[in-house]
Amino acid sequence: MSAQANRFTGRAWVFGDDINTDLLAPGAYMKFGIDEIARHCMEAVDASFAANVRPGDVVFGGRNFGAGSSREQAVEVLRHLGVAAVVAPSFAGLFYRNGFNLGLPLLTCPALPAVAPGAEVGCDIDTAQVFIAGGAPLQCEPIFPHLVAMIRDGGLVPHLARKIAAGQLTVNEEVQ
Amino acid sequence: MMGQTLAQKLLARAAGRTSVVPGEIVTCRVDLAMMHDSGGPRRVKPMLEKLGAKVWDPARVVVVTDHYVPAHDADSRRIVQIARDWVNEAGVTRFHDMEGICHVVVPQKGYLQPGMFAVGGDSHSCTGGAFGAYMFGVGATEMLGVLVTGEIWVRVPQTIRMQWHGRLGAGVSAKDMMLRMCTQFGMDGGQYQAVEYAGEAVAALPMQERMTLSNMTAELGAQVGLVAPDATTRDWLLAAGVAPERIDIEPWQSDADAACLAVHDFDASALAPQVSRPHTPADADDVDVFGQVGIDVAYIGACTGAKLDDLRMAAEVLRGRRVARGTRLLVAPASAADQQRAAQEGTLAVLTDAGAELLPNACGACAGYGEHRFGEDSVVISATARNFKGRMGAASSQVYLGSPYTVAASAIAGRIADPREVLA
Repeated sequence: MSAQANRFTGRAWVFGDDINTDLLAPGAYMKFGIDEIARHCMEAVDASFAANVRPGDVVFGGRNFGAGSSREQAVEVLRHLGVAAVVAPSFAGLFYRNGFNLGLPLLTCPALPAVAPGAEVGCDIDTAQVFIAGGAPLQCEPIFPHLVAMIRDGGLVPHLARKIAAGQLTVNEEVQ
Repeated sequence: MMGQTLAQKLLARAAGRTSVVPGEIVTCRVDLAMMHDSGGPRRVKPMLEKLGAKVWDPARVVVVTDHYVPAHDADSRRIVQIARDWVNEAGVTRFHDMEGICHVVVPQKGYLQPGMFAVGGDSHSCTGGAFGAYMFGVGATEMLGVLVTGEIWVRVPQTIRMQWHGRLGAGVSAKDMMLRMCTQFGMDGGQYQAVEYAGEAVAALPMQERMTLSNMTAELGAQVGLVAPDATTRDWLLAAGVAPERIDIEPWQSDADAACLAVHDFDASALAPQVSRPHTPADADDVDVFGQVGIDVAYIGACTGAKLDDLRMAAEVLRGRRVARGTRLLVAPASAADQQRAAQEGTLAVLTDAGAELLPNACGACAGYGEHRFGEDSVVISATARNFKGRMGAASSQVYLGSPYTVAASAIAGRIADPREVLA
């Protein structure tokens, strides 16, 4: 396998503007665990998504991806389904924070070109680049270094766990 | 030094700095962390246990049950019970069970004051900005981080100033202002920066109307929606039991020479009641465009649309009138305290005499988590904040948004109606 081919982790799923948290994690299922909510992820827009998305696939959205609620299950379902990253021209601010807290890379690409659904895709968090088969790498906005560090650890909880273990953070109870 | 915006001053205080610059990332000490039953204990308890950590300061934590109450099945009962058990384990005494919606209960209990830095585990936590506090919504994992460290990072925002000149006309409210701004700027118009609402029309608004502005800042896509505190703020907080020495007004004002990302000017007197089409709040038009839209349900509920002042607006329209045959008017007062006041002063009787059905003091159909969801193809006009497809009911339901005035007028007419025609 060539170095170029290694960049691709999956296929592209392409959605429009204003994909909101109610579409990602519908309220009627919020009382259930993440596997049940994930079964209904995006069903109002694309009923095939939850059943057919595969680990390593990348979601391409439109403007203001993740608008709406603070419910982080909207991020967690994408992680649960194995989505490697979301790429969009802009993200809702609260969703953006939730994404990194839960270890889902979000790449902001203001001039995102049309991406063919199903295209081979991948991305690199360190360089904030997105790779699309047959095209040049797409340069996205850089990610804040403290968020890159957090996502390297897998999200906020493992990040805090590492800091606690390293004695960089005192907690109000002795760590077992 | 260049002048600072209110947002900068609030963040500088929370970060222990004399000033901060838009764009820089600062770490802020949290004065208040608010959670509800859905995104709160149910989610943070397992994470706290995984880390072997305790809450940094239980006295700074507030827990409110509002999303899954009253419990209607085994799942919701379990979720609410986790909250009840956890507050005892964690030593959280500021626990308000089935007393109403968190964004309304927290200020009513006197927990918010100008100058504070606060986070809430709900997107409408920006409601606290009405009191001159820097308050915004976070997800459960970020809340976990706050509970463990007492701190959170913030990128210092620029400020978008919304200047409302003149006075609102009769039958026009803060909700109409927000639907107009959401439509003009879009749901990402706030760019996750700070919005500050100002001008004569804002200064004239009572506290709960200012809360509606700050609340729907979530729909405008800003991190916070601030209103500089004044005598109205002070009087309201004193009535809520806040000690006078805790209410600072003077430090929490934007400097006249503070740089803003944008300043937008509006004429409040020219604003007509606004109605947003399904399925976004950012698609509003003047109410008279909607004259032929028949409705099945008129819904007055949620932190956005069922506070005491909202109930009063509805009562103004409904006094001595009846809900149209074939239309249901549902009213879910936002807090028990608001409902009690409404009952004492006669507002509630006006609503029920008109045929309104009362629902519990909870998020209800607005969150769409419980049993009160709208059925297939139902057409609804709602005083709530969000009409996303499928949120409040079946994907085929059509939810329009309007002010409590407009929802009440529509209930009487059985179609979307202009409250000014009733009030005239």
